[in-house]
Amino acid sequence: MKIRVSYSKLGKIRFTGHRDVAHMWERTMRKAGIAVAMSVGFTPRPKMAFGLALPTGAESLIELIDITLDPASGVTADQLDSIADRLSTSLPVGMSVTGIRECAGTEVSLQEGVVATTWVMLVAEPDGGPDIASAIERVNNSAEVLLTRERKGEKHLDNIRPGILELRSADAELMSSLPADWIGESVGHAIVAVLTTSGRGIRPTELVEVLVPESDPPINPWDHLNRVLRINQWIERDGERVDVLTGRAAHTSVSA
Amino acid sequence: MTSLWSRLEPLLARVRKPARYIGCEDGAIVPQHGHGKVAWLLAYPDVYEVGLPNQGLQILYEILNERPDAVAERTYAPWVDLEALMRERGIPLFSVDSHRAAEDFDILAFNLSSELVFTNLLNMVDLAGVPVRAELRSPTDPIVMIGGHAAFNPEPMADFIDVAVLGEGEEVIGEITEVVREWKASGRTEGSRLAVLKALAQIPGVYVPSLYGVEYDGEHIREIKPLYAGVPERVMKRTVSDLGDWDYPRNPLAPITEVVHDRLAVEVFRGCTRGCRFCQAGMITRPVRERPAEQVRSMIVDGLQRTGYNEVSLTSLSTADFSGIESVISSIVPDPTACGAPTVSLPSLRVDAFTVGLAAKVAGGRRSGLTFAPEAGTWRLRTVINKLITEEDLYGAVESAFASGWSRAKLYFLTGLPTETDIDTQGIIDLAAGCVAVGKRHTGRANVTVSIGGFVPKSHTPFQWFGQNSVPELRRKIGLVRDAATKTKGVNVKWHDPSASLAEGLASRGDRRIGAVIERVWRDGGVFQEWSEYFKLDRWLDAMAAEGLSPDFYITRHRDEKEILPWHHLSAGLHQDFLWQDWRASLNEFGLEDCRWTPCYDCGVCTGDGLEHIVASPIPPAGGSQGTGQDLSRGGITPVTLRSKSSVGAS
Repeated sequence: MKIRVSYSKLGKIRFTGHRDVAHMWERTMRKAGIAVAMSVGFTPRPKMAFGLALPTGAESLIELIDITLDPASGVTADQLDSIADRLSTSLPVGMSVTGIRECAGTEVSLQEGVVATTWVMLVAEPDGGPDIASAIERVNNSAEVLLTRERKGEKHLDNIRPGILELRSADAELMSSLPADWIGESVGHAIVAVLTTSGRGIRPTELVEVLVPESDPPINPWDHLNRVLRINQWIERDGERVDVLTGRAAHTSVSA
Repeated sequence: MTSLWSRLEPLLARVRKPARYIGCEDGAIVPQHGHGKVAWLLAYPDVYEVGLPNQGLQILYEILNERPDAVAERTYAPWVDLEALMRERGIPLFSVDSHRAAEDFDILAFNLSSELVFTNLLNMVDLAGVPVRAELRSPTDPIVMIGGHAAFNPEPMADFIDVAVLGEGEEVIGEITEVVREWKASGRTEGSRLAVLKALAQIPGVYVPSLYGVEYDGEHIREIKPLYAGVPERVMKRTVSDLGDWDYPRNPLAPITEVVHDRLAVEVFRGCTRGCRFCQAGMITRPVRERPAEQVRSMIVDGLQRTGYNEVSLTSLSTADFSGIESVISSIVPDPTACGAPTVSLPSLRVDAFTVGLAAKVAGGRRSGLTFAPEAGTWRLRTVINKLITEEDLYGAVESAFASGWSRAKLYFLTGLPTETDIDTQGIIDLAAGCVAVGKRHTGRANVTVSIGGFVPKSHTPFQWFGQNSVPELRRKIGLVRDAATKTKGVNVKWHDPSASLAEGLASRGDRRIGAVIERVWRDGGVFQEWSEYFKLDRWLDAMAAEGLSPDFYITRHRDEKEILPWHHLSAGLHQDFLWQDWRASLNEFGLEDCRWTPCYDCGVCTGDGLEHIVASPIPPAGGSQGTGQDLSRGGITPVTLRSKSSVGAS
């Protein structure tokens, strides 16, 4: 059986990287005593497929992993809830399972299927120049937003506006729906952004670069990005963005 | 005590590998600080990935936290990027468990596994906001302590540390806790620092440098003596008598980011009596104490279950010597209840066919490469260093390895050994070529990598009197090996630039005057000296010159029997005359057998300490090379005399 598991990554553990998380999951499955199917070949690897990498330093309410269980694990569909608990206990502090379901072999892989993710970002107001609220308005009213990015060691000037699918200030309702201790002592202007992950996706740090005034030498976006939290991942179905785990459409959940 | 986390947090996304600083490991404790508890900050003066797996630190961390009167947290050297941000913002050294400031702890205890981390210790003490020089510390400052192998000659660090602990820490940390607890209870009044140091000096194994005076006669030491009545003249190392009483770590730390040795480690025995004369670890950790095989097995099963690792390393100085090795391996490898048939890794293997058989048993389908350490290129030189591996042993091992499916072997060698000539150096490539020839009988892909390191003599070994080869001489010898290898098919050579061996040699056998050199190097920015990108030889040479100290005196000069060595008042249990006789035997090319299975030659450790070897088997392991069964009657045919340094090629 293949299962799709969603999990959160909050707090100190956010400073681990994507490879670290892959190793954590391998150890977690063994600690929980749930046998994972192995690939065949010279160096067998556990059959685990990870979703889009979460940047080191970013938090998430919804990270995704597909795991193929070994038939010998004896796990059946009605046991999935209890497995979720076992996994949460075995995961490091700051990570816990938020959803689990059986995943048909025909479903598109997480890497290919996810087209956009929603982020809540806490951005420090810049010392000089326009504030974040007016920067958001400027971006929304522009057909073109240019950002210099590096590809294969060369600098390219890209228009990232088409990849910014939604951008606005976060309202109180959204903020109160987030985990109570998420922000900690961090401060800043809270924004919500839906960013494309197709092709060369747009990273939260890249959005920050176009929201704060340019400077020389270039800013370190992490000087402004006090917190960043992924709250949703979307796949496309019949031309509509739907939640990758629940299948609910975007308009019902993106602002919730 | 407050957490520094909120000040650190904004910096972490801007530095490399921020997971180094967050703790969160499996097995980490939630520290319970409290009134009357002695707070230890266990520090490893290198980067987190190197320090986290250190078993000594993990063992003490757990034992201390089990005590009702102690609490222990951990810290590692922040990498240069975070250090710069910390200094810019006035953030002190912190623990990774609860991100408390180092100055909130009573004891700052450093584990020193190598001399090249000495400057990192200074840097961390300074980052902690504690005066780097011990004499400037007040009663409110933590006690700065060192332990570990590189603490056996603590003299170069005498100005910076309050206390050095010699030997194994399991028992002595409790005794130290009790003394410090009393000191805390008394209110740490003005002037009480000297009193607590004197009380600590009463604990066997605890050395307080400031309670001893060193007098010099020109460059040489005339006398080392206690400055106060009641301070012991000689400090003996600590040894736990039975490893079976100490089944730690019970909660091994499994990190959430990649580290070196990223696997479970279970120590199968401590100590080694193979008697390799260059090996400080083998000399200072005697006697041999095996862990009961059943305990090894349960520590493996428990540890794998707790950590989720699927690989275990059975650690010791020569794991194939463990009496229970075959029974442990055959019970673990095919056992699915032991967390799904784990991979077993066997570091530090002897060179013989029996050992290859073990390696084949644990390797499963993987045949990446096998490593052997003959250490020297000729039998003559191997009798000098007492690494008693015959060519037949080596070729037998290699034959067995290639026959079992391996196609690559790695051979470790030292260069710059006592009495070494270019014939011995050339012998390295001859041996490697011989191994390739053996391998070619089995596979066309057979190849051998020679890894060559410069020898640095260490304290408490028979080679403590030997004048280290100079850096140019080591470079020349490595060059000989490289040149010879280019003409030899199937042999590759790996080497490190030997310039760091000068700093290592200086710190290994230095006296208190070297402290000023270490401080200069640190103040000049010389941290992370084990990392070649941060090591600059000139920093050390300039600091020596500025202090008016001679590299020849400290590094390349042979010492004689009458000389008072800087660690004269410190003992690893080995009789001075045993070490001297072993040094003379070495120069006469006499090998010495392993005393586990031959009569005692009274090195001093067992008799002096009322201990004995704990070995489950009365007979040496099957096929055991290295001091069990070789013909050692050939020694002394051409006695070697060391004259001036030029006779051994030092320049």
